[in-house]
Amino acid sequence: MSAHINHVVVVLQQVSLEEVPAKKLRLTKPSKSAALHIDLCKATSPTDALQYLLSFARRPVEAESVEGVVRILLEHYYKESDNSVRLKIASLLGLLSKTQGFAPDCIVDDAINTLNNEKSHQVLAQLLGTLLIIGTQLPDKIAVVQRLIDVACKHLSSTYFGVRNKCLQLLGCLGTVDKPLSKETDAGPGAQTSHVRDVQSVISDYFQDQDPRVRTAAIKAMLQLHERGMKIQQTIYNQACKLLSDDYEQVRSAAVQMVWVLSQLYPESIVPIPSSNEEIRLVDDSFGKICHMVSDGSWVVRVQAAKLLGSMHQVSPHFLEQTLDKKLMSDLRRKRTAHERAKELYASGEFSSGRRWADDAPKEKVDTSGVNLIDSGACGAFVHGLEDEMYEVRISAVEALCSLAQSSPSFAEKCLDFLVDMFNDEIEEVRLQSIHVLRQISTHITLREDQLDTVLAVLEDSSRDIREALHELLCYTNVSTKDCIQLALVELLKNLTKYPTDRNSVWKCLKFLGARHPTLVLPIVPELLSTHPYFDTPEPDMDDPAYIAVLVLVFNAAKSCPTMPALFSDHTFRHYAYLRDSLSHLVPHLRLPGRKQTASSGLEASGVGSGSLESAQNFLQDSLVRVSALQNLETPGAQDLLEFTIRDLLRLGELQTELAGSADFCATYLHCQLLLTKALQEKLWTMAVPLCLKQNAKVSTAARQILDETYKLEFLYSGLETQQIATIHNIRLQAKALQLILTARSKPGVDRVLGACEKFLQDVESFQRLFMTELPHFQDSFVEKLLELMPRLTTCKPLDLVKILQTTLRQSGFIHLKLPEQIHRASATIIEPTGESDNPLKFTTGLVVALDIDATLEHVQDPQTSVKVQVLYPDGQSHIIHPKPGDFRTPGPGRVRLITQVYLSHSAWTEACQIEVRLLLAYSSSSSKQSASKPAWNESMGGLPTSESCIESTIHLSKPVKVFIMPKPARR
Amino acid sequence: MPDIKVTPLGAGQDVGRSCILVSIGGKNIMLDCGMHMGYNDDRRFPDFSYVTQNGRLTEFLDCVIISHFHLDHCGALPYMSEMVGYDGPIYMTHPTKAICPILLEDFRKITVDKKGETNFFTSQMIKDCMKKVVPLNLHQTVQVDEELEIKAYYAGHVLGAAMFQIKVGSESVVYTGDYNMTPDRHLGAAWIDKCRPDILISESTYATTIRDSKRCRERDFLKKVHETVERGGKVLIPVFALGRAQELCILLETFWERMNLKAPIYFSTGLTEKANHYYKLFITWTNQKIRKTFVQRNMFEFKHIKAFDRSYADNPGPMVVFATPGMLHAGQSLQIFKKWAGNEKNMLIMPGYCVQGTVGHKILNGQKKLEMEGRATVITGTLDVKLQVEYMSFSAHADAIGIMQLIRMAEPRNMLLVHGEAKKMEFLKDKIEQEVFVRCISCYMPANGETTTVVTNPSVPVDISLNLLKREMALGGPLPDAKRPRTMHGTLIMKDNSLRLVSPEQALKELGLSEHQLRFTCRVQLHDPHSDTDTLGRIYTHLKSVLKSYSIQHVPDGTVIVESIVIKVTSSAEEPNLKVILLSWSYQDEELGSFLSTLLKKGLPS
Repeated sequence: MSAHINHVVVVLQQVSLEEVPAKKLRLTKPSKSAALHIDLCKATSPTDALQYLLSFARRPVEAESVEGVVRILLEHYYKESDNSVRLKIASLLGLLSKTQGFAPDCIVDDAINTLNNEKSHQVLAQLLGTLLIIGTQLPDKIAVVQRLIDVACKHLSSTYFGVRNKCLQLLGCLGTVDKPLSKETDAGPGAQTSHVRDVQSVISDYFQDQDPRVRTAAIKAMLQLHERGMKIQQTIYNQACKLLSDDYEQVRSAAVQMVWVLSQLYPESIVPIPSSNEEIRLVDDSFGKICHMVSDGSWVVRVQAAKLLGSMHQVSPHFLEQTLDKKLMSDLRRKRTAHERAKELYASGEFSSGRRWADDAPKEKVDTSGVNLIDSGACGAFVHGLEDEMYEVRISAVEALCSLAQSSPSFAEKCLDFLVDMFNDEIEEVRLQSIHVLRQISTHITLREDQLDTVLAVLEDSSRDIREALHELLCYTNVSTKDCIQLALVELLKNLTKYPTDRNSVWKCLKFLGARHPTLVLPIVPELLSTHPYFDTPEPDMDDPAYIAVLVLVFNAAKSCPTMPALFSDHTFRHYAYLRDSLSHLVPHLRLPGRKQTASSGLEASGVGSGSLESAQNFLQDSLVRVSALQNLETPGAQDLLEFTIRDLLRLGELQTELAGSADFCATYLHCQLLLTKALQEKLWTMAVPLCLKQNAKVSTAARQILDETYKLEFLYSGLETQQIATIHNIRLQAKALQLILTARSKPGVDRVLGACEKFLQDVESFQRLFMTELPHFQDSFVEKLLELMPRLTTCKPLDLVKILQTTLRQSGFIHLKLPEQIHRASATIIEPTGESDNPLKFTTGLVVALDIDATLEHVQDPQTSVKVQVLYPDGQSHIIHPKPGDFRTPGPGRVRLITQVYLSHSAWTEACQIEVRLLLAYSSSSSKQSASKPAWNESMGGLPTSESCIESTIHLSKPVKVFIMPKPARR
Repeated sequence: MPDIKVTPLGAGQDVGRSCILVSIGGKNIMLDCGMHMGYNDDRRFPDFSYVTQNGRLTEFLDCVIISHFHLDHCGALPYMSEMVGYDGPIYMTHPTKAICPILLEDFRKITVDKKGETNFFTSQMIKDCMKKVVPLNLHQTVQVDEELEIKAYYAGHVLGAAMFQIKVGSESVVYTGDYNMTPDRHLGAAWIDKCRPDILISESTYATTIRDSKRCRERDFLKKVHETVERGGKVLIPVFALGRAQELCILLETFWERMNLKAPIYFSTGLTEKANHYYKLFITWTNQKIRKTFVQRNMFEFKHIKAFDRSYADNPGPMVVFATPGMLHAGQSLQIFKKWAGNEKNMLIMPGYCVQGTVGHKILNGQKKLEMEGRATVITGTLDVKLQVEYMSFSAHADAIGIMQLIRMAEPRNMLLVHGEAKKMEFLKDKIEQEVFVRCISCYMPANGETTTVVTNPSVPVDISLNLLKREMALGGPLPDAKRPRTMHGTLIMKDNSLRLVSPEQALKELGLSEHQLRFTCRVQLHDPHSDTDTLGRIYTHLKSVLKSYSIQHVPDGTVIVESIVIKVTSSAEEPNLKVILLSWSYQDEELGSFLSTLLKKGLPS
C-alpha cells in the first residue's frame, strides 16, 4: 500500500506541475480509487489488468471510497475488450457493494446499463450475480427491486444456462408474490392483452428447461421464495413430482425438497392417485413419493430423502407403519420376518431354541396377483434406508426414525426392532447414533426380553463411547419382567469385570434401573443378596465393585418399596450405612424400620428433605432479604449477620443441590462485601503513612482476594444476567480503587501512581460503556458516585483522585444482589486418575509418558476453549495443557465429559514423587466485550483469522489429583 | 427393421452354464462362458456347435465378456478358447482376471487329477486363454472396434463382479451377470445409471423371493458364535473358498475386534489364503467402510484370523474354524466335523445351500446318526451328531425387489430374464409387465437355444447446419421446449454415407441445381351479383376480417395479395353473376393456400 501511496504522490506532483489545482486535494488523502485507476491505466495487457484487479481485491476498501472505486471500475469496464477482465470487474462490483456502510443505490443504474451492451454470456451471468448482491442489500427499495426483476425476466430467454440460472436466482431472492409481474413491455407480435404473470408461474416454466442446471436453479429459486415467507401455490406439486424422476441427481435432490415443502404447506389437501379413482391426502402422497426416493440411485438424494422423512409428522399412521413393512416371500410363499418370528417365539414362551434348517420355511401360498413389487407407497422405505450401503444414508434414516417415533408411540414400538438391529452396524457412528436414538424414544417403549438381550450384547463393545451411551440408555429403559432385570444385572456385572474403568457409569446405570423397577427387583432380592432363610451366608466383600453394584440396585429399588428392607440381612444394613456415606449420590436415603436414624440423616430428613425445595428457596430469599435490610455495614452486628448468613448459605448449598449454585454465588458475593468492609474499617486509614506498612499487607491481601473472588463470580457461574455482572464489576472496581489507594500511600512516587490512575479511569469508562442500561439500578453505589465525579476525576491530579476515591469508597453503600432464575456453578471432577494408586508411573527421563485423564464437567460454557489441564510438578514447575476439541464429549445437556491424555516428562528423580493434576478454567477479563466485527470485505478474501481473545488468567475448576510418577534416568 | 437377437446357450430358464449370444448392430457378442455343476458329461459346457459346426469361433464372434469369476460364468472359457478355438478379445474386470485362473486350475485339478478324466483342458490352456483377456476398469468405456463399445458397472455379488453395457450406435444391451442390490459386509450394492438400454438381460435366481433384512441374520450368526465360544465350545463353519467366506471372515473379525474376544479363529489354508490376498489388493472394489478405513488398516489383513493347521483341531478351548468345502461332503471340513460332532458344546453353522446326498444336507434335515464309510477317516461306523446345527443363509443375489430396483435405475425398453427357474421367471415376467414404469416393458424368457428378437428403433444421426438451426429457432417461441418435437424445414442430403440437413438454398448451391418454382392455381366459382371489382373488394374485407395477423394487400391492378398468394376475380360475359376466383400460391405456402381456397368455397358473407 505504501508503495501505492508514494506512487500517487509522485504522479500527482507531476500533475500539479502541469497546473491542475483541483486535483491537489487528493494529495492529502491518497485514496484507494486513485491507486486503482493508475494501475488500470498502466496495464498494457488484459493479463496485467487482471493481476492488478486480483491484488486490489485482497485489500478492504473503506465505505467512503467505494463509490469512487466503482466509477473507476465501470469506466474501465466500458473500455475493456477482454472478457475475463470484464468478468473480474463485474465480480468486484458485487463484492464492493457488499461493503458495510455503503448503500449501493447509486450504482444500480450503471450496473443495469452495463447489461445492455454485454455480448459475452459469462460476463452477463456475472453481472446478473452482481445485481443479485445489490438487490439483496436493498430489499426495501421496491422500485429498485422491481427494476431488477424486470431485467431478470428479460434475460430469462437467454440461450446460455448461466444467465438463466442467475435470472432465476434473482427472481427467487427478490421476487414477490403479492405483486404480480406485469410483462407489458413484452411487446408480443399479437400485442394482445398484457398477460399478468406472477413470479411463481414464471419460475415454474423453467421446471421443464432443457438444461438440468437451470431446472435445479428454478426449483432452488422456488425454495428461496418459500424461505422468504411467500406461499407457494399448490399447482406446482405435480410438476415437482415429475421432476423426482429426472435424470440428473441435483434436480432430483432439489425436487425432493420442493415436494417436502409443499407437503408441509398443504398437508390436508386431496390429490388423486393416478390410474385409480381414489384420492389421498397430499402429505401422504408426498410421503410415499419421498419414501420412494430412499432407494434412489444417487446417495446424495437418498440422504436427503431419508432426512426429510423424519420431519413429516402429519403423515397418517397407516402410511407411516408401511415404511417398516416389507412383505417377505420365498418361492411365492409368504414368509415371516425374523422380527415376527422372534416375537412369536417370545409369545409362545419358548426362548432360545436353536434354529433348525428351514425353520423359516414359508407357510402359506401367496396370491401372485396380490404381490406388488414396486409399491408406489411407502413400503419398506426405512428397511431399505437402514440397509443402505452408505453410512450417511443409514444415519439419516436412524435420525428420521427417531424423530417420527417421538411423535408417534405406536410407531416407536414398531421401529424398536429395527433400531436394535442397528446396534450391530459396521460403522461405530451409526451404532452410537442408534443407541442415542433409542434413548430418546425410550419413554414410549418397553423392551422385551429378546430385545434387551440384543441390546445388552453391545455392552461388551470395546469402544468406551458405545458402552457409556448404552449405560445411559439403560438408565431410561423400561423392561417388562424380572428376568430382564436379572439379565441386565448379569451383563452389567460382566461388563464391570471386563472393563473396570466403567465402574461409575455402571453403578449409575443400576441406580436408575433399580429406581425404575422396584416391583421387578423385589422378587429377586434374596437371590441378589444371596441370603438364605435358614443359613447364614458369608458376608460379601465390601470393596468388591460388583457387590456395590448389586447393592446400588437393591437400595434404589427399596426406596419406593417399603417391604424390601425386611429381606435384608444384618450386614446389608451396615453396608447401607457405609455406602450412604461414601457414595451418597448413588444410594438414596431409606426409611429403615426398627433402626434408629442417625443424627445427621435425621436432620436431613426433617430439615431440607427432598420435598422441601420450596422451603429451601424461601430460606435463601429470607436470608437475602435480611441482609438487604442492612443499610450500613459498619453498624455493629451487621458483620456478624453477614458472617452467619454466609455460613447458612454455604450449608444450604451443600444440602440442597438444586440451589447450590445460587447459594454459593450469594455467599461468595457477601464474602466480598464483608472483606471490603473489614478492609475499610482497618485502622490504617487514620494512621500516618509510614506506620501503616504492616496493616497494609492485610488490606492488600483482602483487595487481592476480592479481585479473585469477583473473577470467580463472573466466570464460574452460568445463568447470570447483565445486572449481576454489573454488580460484580462494581465490587471489582471498589477493590481496584482500594489497591490504588494502597499504592498511593505506600509508594509516594507520583509517576507510578499516575499510570495506575489512568488504568483505573479506563476501567471506570469501560464499565460505563458496558453497563449503560444497568446504571439506574446502581443508586447510591460506588460506581454511580464515581461517574458523577467523572469530569472532575479526569482532570484532577493523581493524589486528589486518590483522596476522592478514599472518601467515595467509605461513603458508598452496599448493593443488594438480585438473584436470577437459575445459577449454576461450573464444576469438574477428575474421575481418572483416582490418586489412590501406590504404584508409581515409571518412565525414562527425557521421554514422555501419557496419563489418561477422565473428568466430568458440569455447567461449563464453551469447554473446548476454556478448560485446560494443569500439571504441577513437585519442583514447582507447572504445565498447562490444552485438550483437543475432540476430547470433549457431551453425554447430556449441561454435562461434558473430558477424556484426554496428557504427556508428562521430567528430568530424573531419585525416588517416586507425586505430581498434581487439576483442571483450570481459563478466562479473560476482556472477554465480556464483543470482539470487534471485521469488515465484510475480508470474508471472501480468506484473510487471516483474528487472533483469539487473549487468556489472562485461570480459575481452579477441580480438586487436584495426585499422581505418583517416577522418571528413571536413562540407561546408557 | 434393425433388431437385436439374443440366444442363450446356457442359463436360459436354468441356473448354471451361463452363456448368452447377442447380435446387435451386426456384431456378435458372447456373454459369459460358464459350466454346469450338475453334469459331468458334454452337457456341462455350452453347445458351441450352435455357433459353428466346425472351425474356429473367432470369425463368428466379435468379443467375449465374462461378468465374474464364478465357475458357472467362466468355467468353459479355456475349453472354448483353446479347444474349440477363439482368438478374439475376452473382456473381464481386473479382479476377475486375477482370481479366475485360480478357480479354473482348481476345477481342472479336481476333474482331471481326482476324477481322472481325459480330454480336458490343461494348465497351459488356462494360461494361454488368460493371455487373450483384456482387463477393464469400472465405468471405463472400451472400444472393441469402431462401432462396438462396452462399459462395466459395479454389480456387488463377488469381488470384481460387473454388469456390462454393450453398445453399437444408439442400440444397447445391458447384461447384469449375477448382482446384488443390498450391500454386505465387504461389497457394496450394484449400481447403474439411467442408460435406457434396448434390452436388459438380468439374472433371476431369486425371482420369487423378497428377502428379510440382512442385519437379523448377521446378528443371529454373531450371537450364536459368541455364545458357543463363551461356553468354551468350538464352531465349525464349512464354506466355499471365495465370496461368502470373506464376508463371514470380515463379520467375525470386526465382531472380535469390537467385543475384545480372544478365542482364535482359523481358516483352512490353500485357496482361501490365496483369495484373501487378492481381496487385499482390490480394495477399491469393496464397500464404503473397507475402502475408507484401509488407510489405517486393510480389513482383509485379519488380526484375529489365522491359518489353520490340521493339528489345531484337537486343541482344547474354544475356537472358530472356517473349512472347505461348503457342503461337508469331503475334505477338511468333514474331518473336523467328525472330530467335533460328539460334543454338544460345539456348533456347526452352514452358511449356504447343500445339495441332496451330501453330509451337510443330511445333518440339516435333522439326522442324528450318520453312517460313515471311511477310507481315510479315523472313526468308522456310526457317528452320533450331538453338536448343535445351525443354518444361516447368506446369499448375494438380488431378490425380486432388487431386480425391480435395477429396472427402475436403468429404465430398459425390454427385459430378458436368464439364470433362473422357468416357473419363477414366469411370475417375475408377469410382474414386470404389470408394473407401471415410465415406459411399457415387454419381457422375454427364452429357453436355451431359443432366439429372442427385439425390434429396435435406432435413431439416425443427421448433421444439421448451425445456420439453419438458428433460423428455425428464431421462428419459434421464445423458449425451446425440450419435451415437444418440432417440425422444421430443410433439405436432407445423403452423400458419401453421411446425412446432412441443410437449408434449401445451400442444398441447391452445393448440388449445382437451379431452383424451380412450383405454383398451384385453383379456381373457385362463386355466385355474386356485384361487379368484379366490388367482389374483389368484398373478398379483401372478408379476408381481412378472418386473417388478422397476415399482411393482405389490395393492389390497384385488380388483385388481392395475401402473403405470396395472388387472388384474382374474373367473370365471363354470359354469366356475370358467376365469378371465377383465381388463386395462385407457391409450394411454400401450400397450407395457407389450401386454407384460402376452402374458405372462399364457402362463399362470402352477405
